[in-house]
Amino acid sequence: MSDDALIEGRGLRFAYADGSPEVVRGAGVRVVRGRLSALVGANGSGKSTIIRLLAGLLKPSAGEVLLGGVPLARVPARERARRVAYVPQGVSTVFPFTALEVVLTGRSPYTTRLRFETARDLDAARAALAAVDATHLEARPVTELSGGERQLVALARALAQEPECLLLDEPSAALDLKHRAGLIRHLRRLRDSQGMTALVVTHDLTLLDPDFDCVYAVRLGEVAAEGPPSEVLRDDVLAEVYGDEHVRARRAFGRTFVWSEV
Amino acid sequence: MEGTRELSLNLKSKIKSLKSPAAGVRLRRALLWLSLVLVVSTLVALWVGYQRLDFAALQTDERARLIFFGLRLPRVLMAGVVGASLGLVGAALQAMFRNPLAEPLTLGVSGGGALGASVAIAFGAGARVAGLPVVFVAAFAGACLSVVVVYRLARTGATVLPGALLLAGVVVNTVAAAGVVVIQYFADYSRALQILRWTIGSLDVVGFDLIWRMLVFLVPGWVVLLLLARDLHLLAVDEETAQSLGVNVRRSERLVYVASSLIVGVTVAVGGTIGFVGLIVPHAVRLLFGEDVRVVMPCSFVLGAAFLMLADAVARTALGAGELPVGAITALAGGPVFLWLLRRQQRYAAL
Repeated sequence: MSDDALIEGRGLRFAYADGSPEVVRGAGVRVVRGRLSALVGANGSGKSTIIRLLAGLLKPSAGEVLLGGVPLARVPARERARRVAYVPQGVSTVFPFTALEVVLTGRSPYTTRLRFETARDLDAARAALAAVDATHLEARPVTELSGGERQLVALARALAQEPECLLLDEPSAALDLKHRAGLIRHLRRLRDSQGMTALVVTHDLTLLDPDFDCVYAVRLGEVAAEGPPSEVLRDDVLAEVYGDEHVRARRAFGRTFVWSEV
Repeated sequence: MEGTRELSLNLKSKIKSLKSPAAGVRLRRALLWLSLVLVVSTLVALWVGYQRLDFAALQTDERARLIFFGLRLPRVLMAGVVGASLGLVGAALQAMFRNPLAEPLTLGVSGGGALGASVAIAFGAGARVAGLPVVFVAAFAGACLSVVVVYRLARTGATVLPGALLLAGVVVNTVAAAGVVVIQYFADYSRALQILRWTIGSLDVVGFDLIWRMLVFLVPGWVVLLLLARDLHLLAVDEETAQSLGVNVRRSERLVYVASSLIVGVTVAVGGTIGFVGLIVPHAVRLLFGEDVRVVMPCSFVLGAAFLMLADAVARTALGAGELPVGAITALAGGPVFLWLLRRQQRYAAL
């Protein structure tokens, strides 16, 4: 497998306001093309901030983000939106847009200010809904969907952007067992069939091995450990990352199970 | 019986076709329907009044012609211009704040504009700076100031707290209204009377002069808002997503404030506070034609014009010889709609 970074963050530093403590302190992340990568770490460790920096939603106070080797700051927002799709933690709107309308917003990087979507855009949106098995939601108002269904719609919107890379912030947080597995299946299928690159922020360590290719473990705004799941999901590494010596990682049934002793 | 059922079925399928998935098709159909509504409303508004329109007299009687072309026609046009403005601004503010209860009145924009305008009137509104009526500029400044205050109070990080937004708007309105009263007491008698007459709010106008002067301010505001319709559509779905899709969120928001303040400031300076048009109209449009903001904004513009023309026609005729302030009519119609929306939006009730 080639080791070509699609998105790379180098020495990233960030604070939400001048004078407030830095939440990201020199983090380096390489999102390698065609790989499924995960960003894990304790609450408040800076995972979500790192993924926002990589998505170009925040500007680092030091360090830089490269998209295909080009500094992200020099990539026009519209081009960035065609190449990188970001899905925030829980999309909430108070207006009852239909699922299709929401997915169609993913086509805006391809239309202009005064043009509505074409038939081609409509096809792309429907294909995106089909790719996550959510065609039946098309005409439903998103305000009436369950958390899991909304997450699928958000993912379909990201796919409608026809991006090279997906950046997902805790997509499995609101999902039950079945939908979590479904989400991982969708991501795996996208990687295997289209070579999709993805970086996923998650607390579900048990979902990582064997489906993910690479794990970045963040502690206090820095990457404390990185590598394939089998190297990161170890008692000593996780104890360091989470600051908790009760964390256990054990292999069984071809997966690595992770929990913390109560 | 059969006939009515058939009619209702027919209507249902009509409405369904108005919700076609292609937003462009939906907008075209919607504008077609709404222009019909606008034409009918205009004719009705021109027809009714203290004296009914009399075509025969219009052709022979010089006085009748003067009344029609000098008073009635400008007034109906003024109602259309103000209504279209308020409908459009309401739709834009609701999308930007992701709050279906937002409109110039509930966000305190009208209040700020009214305070600015009354300061200008108290100090002599006739004056002009660089050819611009001072009262327009003052109302614009007041509206801008209140938008900034309300927005700063309600925004925390990436979210705008819906309850805080409306509360801040209400308080800004109350403070501004108190300011207007204080100014009225301090101003000399004739100007106080002028302020009082103006606060009641009326679309009374003689000739077209004032309307042209308003349009100089309003048209740029309308154009800016309509050009931002797509950004506002994306913002209405989700702010972070909009940003990731390439919307320059801060710049779009700033343009919406300035354009909305300009539009509301000018309409308030001329017609006083006319509340709830920006609430009822976009809501009606959404029920009929769906949520797409790129459809809702232009449609609210057209329907707003029709709505205020009719409301003003009611204001002119309800008392026979006298006249009700049109703001009272829109508030009587809009207040209950606001409360109904509030009830439906339980999350806002909990603040």
